[in-house]
Amino acid sequence: MAGEISDAIIRVRDITVQFGKTRVLDGLNLDVKRGEILGFVGPSGAGKSVLTRTIIGLVPKLSGRIEVFGVDLDAASASERRGVERRWGILFQQGALFSSLTVRQNIQFPVREYLNVSQRLLDEIMVAKLGMVGLRPEVADRYPSELSGGMIKRVALARALALDPELVFLDEPTSGLDPIGAGDFDELVRTLQRTLGLTVFMVTHDLDSLYTACDRIAVLGNGKIIAAGSIADMQASQHPWLRQYFHGKRARAVMG
Amino acid sequence: MSGDPTLERIARGNGLALCAAGSWTARFAPVLERMVADAEKLSGTRPNISIDVSQVSKLDTFGAWLIERLRRSLTHGGVEAQIAGLSANYSSLVDEVRRVKAEPIVDTDRLTISGMLEQIGRAVAGIGGTLIGLIDMLGAVLAAAAHVLIRPRHFRLTSTIHHLEQVCWRAVPIVVLITFLIGCIISQQGIFHFRKFGADIFVVDMLGVLVLREIGVLLVAIMVAGRSGSAYTAELGSMKMREEIDALRTMGFDPIEVLILPRMLALVLALPILAFLGAMAALYGGGLVAWLYGGVEPEAFLLRLRDAISIDHFVVGLIKAPVMAAVIGIVACVEGLSVQGSAESLGQHTTSSVVKGIFFVIVMDGVFAIFFASIGM
Repeated sequence: MAGEISDAIIRVRDITVQFGKTRVLDGLNLDVKRGEILGFVGPSGAGKSVLTRTIIGLVPKLSGRIEVFGVDLDAASASERRGVERRWGILFQQGALFSSLTVRQNIQFPVREYLNVSQRLLDEIMVAKLGMVGLRPEVADRYPSELSGGMIKRVALARALALDPELVFLDEPTSGLDPIGAGDFDELVRTLQRTLGLTVFMVTHDLDSLYTACDRIAVLGNGKIIAAGSIADMQASQHPWLRQYFHGKRARAVMG
Repeated sequence: MSGDPTLERIARGNGLALCAAGSWTARFAPVLERMVADAEKLSGTRPNISIDVSQVSKLDTFGAWLIERLRRSLTHGGVEAQIAGLSANYSSLVDEVRRVKAEPIVDTDRLTISGMLEQIGRAVAGIGGTLIGLIDMLGAVLAAAAHVLIRPRHFRLTSTIHHLEQVCWRAVPIVVLITFLIGCIISQQGIFHFRKFGADIFVVDMLGVLVLREIGVLLVAIMVAGRSGSAYTAELGSMKMREEIDALRTMGFDPIEVLILPRMLALVLALPILAFLGAMAALYGGGLVAWLYGGVEPEAFLLRLRDAISIDHFVVGLIKAPVMAAVIGIVACVEGLSVQGSAESLGQHTTSSVVKGIFFVIVMDGVFAIFFASIGM
């Protein structure tokens, strides 16, 4: 791997994904450094979620190689793969909470499956995780259908963080949250990243998140990464979509 | 990466320092829990106990919480145990877990005998509600049908044809196959037993009456309840879960008229057709077996069949079909609309749609049998 970032936690090489005749990702390369928060933006329908799902292994790819934690996911044995899966957490766009389990059971589910710990610790950890995502312990015995959209997002994050993963994928985490909640959420992601040495791969449309939470930004267009760098690099870019995105009305409002 | 976690006890003056070291992370949670539980017993044995975490190489929520739990249980007689040597990296994490309430809330949802009895009681008391719900839906469907009769433009022909294709046309192969096989089996069994009395030919009477009056329609109705009743419940249920039905209502459409009426109509049209095809397939199968296994020539079979059955048997079978279809449809739609937010609820209601559908079909069949017997048909 000479000439590449040595501490990349995710390394994506020449990924091609095709649905029928439509090529969604076309020879895409991407590195995510350990400990950074990478904001991933791009026009709607550009394939941001597809890339996330390809890395996680939910979408089959035509060609290319994906390494997570230095493990080539195609070559990995089932137990190696499980080891990787234990070390990442995923927040799906719609939360994807198990609708027949309570909030408590949802958060405890991965812990119960992977670690042999007492019910007391399970409960305490669950309360701690709920606190971390800004929810009160009283919601623990509610079912997902009894939660508001923002609460579902928070519970889903708590579940993604249940095993204290090293890497989290967040698919539009702040969509559907009120501005204050979204701000808290960005702050929370920052805190967790600092304290746990977390690496965050965040698909987002929220300019606030890009400014306040992200270390680096990658932009997807035409099936490739068209730009990657700091927010300043993005603002300096002459790419038409980037200019529109970072110099539009909303962007000016955020920058104040 | 760092090694296994440890918690050493080191005496310091008249106090004690618990020195945590290694990787205090989720991976080692079971070990950590045991170590902390052991150390908690030290509470109150020394006047001054502190926790030294300067050697901890890695800390996550699990480790931080267990250290916090240890600190709380060592706090004794108003003297707070201190955490020393905390690196700046982890201080915010420890602050975070410090806010966790000491007493975790208790799971109240345990399974108990009284709870089970209560559930049975509620289920029994709910039977009345179920019947009212069915009558309610029947009324709503009839009202919607009347509304459509007055304003035929509101009738959803495309939707009805689509559902007709789903529940009728696509069901033909399986219905014909199963009724054909049942016809074969009835015929074979009949011949096998009737032969002892030399009454082989009467198998035609039995087959004709049984298939046209009862088996044809009953069997097909049960198959339709399992095949289409469950599909209706699942479709409507998942639409309910995703608020699609609410969306329809807020746009000024009546969900009964848009979703349920076309489905009901398709089912009411489909079941007589399927029952007829099923009866024919069963007669054909029975005739085939009677010929190949029982040696009854096709001409003799048809002649005997003409004598044995009248048009009444056929009419009785076909009158029952649309009524059974209506019962299956109503049950399926009521169940579909009572689905709550969870996947589990969808499964429960789909199950109960099929179970109740089949139950009511058999009850209806019994009621019809009494009715036709008393009017002499």
